[in-house]
Amino acid sequence: MEVLKDCSAYLSNYEVLNILQNIKSDKKQKMKQNQLASITYQTVRYLEETPCKRQIPEKIRGFLKALEPYNLTKCEKLTVLNMSPKTPLEIQLIIEDSEDRLTDDEVNSLLQVVANFLGEDEQDG
Amino acid sequence: MFVLAELKDTVRIPPWEFKRKLNDAITDELNRKLANKVYNDVGLCIALHDITKIEESYIFPGDGASHTKVVFRYIVFRPFMEEILIGKIRSCSVDGVHVTLGFFEDIVIPPHKLQHPSRFDQMEQAWVWEYDTGDGEKHDLFMDAGEIIRFRVISETFTEALPTGPNMSSETETSEAKNTSPYSLGGAIDEQGLGLLTWWENT
Repeated sequence: MEVLKDCSAYLSNYEVLNILQNIKSDKKQKMKQNQLASITYQTVRYLEETPCKRQIPEKIRGFLKALEPYNLTKCEKLTVLNMSPKTPLEIQLIIEDSEDRLTDDEVNSLLQVVANFLGEDEQDG
Repeated sequence: MFVLAELKDTVRIPPWEFKRKLNDAITDELNRKLANKVYNDVGLCIALHDITKIEESYIFPGDGASHTKVVFRYIVFRPFMEEILIGKIRSCSVDGVHVTLGFFEDIVIPPHKLQHPSRFDQMEQAWVWEYDTGDGEKHDLFMDAGEIIRFRVISETFTEALPTGPNMSSETETSEAKNTSPYSLGGAIDEQGLGLLTWWENT
């Protein structure tokens, strides 16, 4: 086996959850493949406890558009999407040098963006 | 925390699989080979994402199976450095706090990367953050197994499992087998906002 690229793209938790759920529902495959079945089961169980469980493609697309003015790196955007931060403290952890790069107002509006796009049906969940 | 790795491999399809579609047979074969395994310097393989190229198949003398070169992309667990993850405390020991994500268990937060000052409680077998309340008092915050913890990934180690030579003494063999996990992560919680989620709920 040969590695052409060890990281050709980043995947969001939502994408992984979506793919794995499809694999899980494919019963034929599940019967034969022990290793695949167990890693799929465990990963789905982990991901179902993260905010990505409530995400849908349209919301993610809108969310990424709304993030553009903040000038975040790809990895930072991905982590914000995966973690759906609710406090300024979490923003400070995810975004490097956030004190210099974002003003307090920007941090608050960023939290608002997260709440608007990713946290809507919090009450039902 | 998940990435796509682009890999290339020659897949052997045994004759009794010939009645199936080639794509399905290759998918199964790749998943059988890689799922739930650590690929050195790539990460923990989860599941096949897609096949991007299938070259011509060959049959070699003396083997009824077909051999096909394929290029494919695989979903791999490989958090980037400095990434923030959430996991569960598996156990505490003098070596630090062991964290699990359910599908991946080899995460250790070493003692010098815990909140400062921390001590290890031998009775409870747990690490304790001696939180300074500001008025000279100390408040003990225990890190018990099963608690949800947020941490930063600060290091990764891949260990290639090499076949052991025949003249190894049996003692070293057993002790080595215990310690080596092919892929392990080092974590840190020595910042504001890191550690048990309950510590920061009201901030």
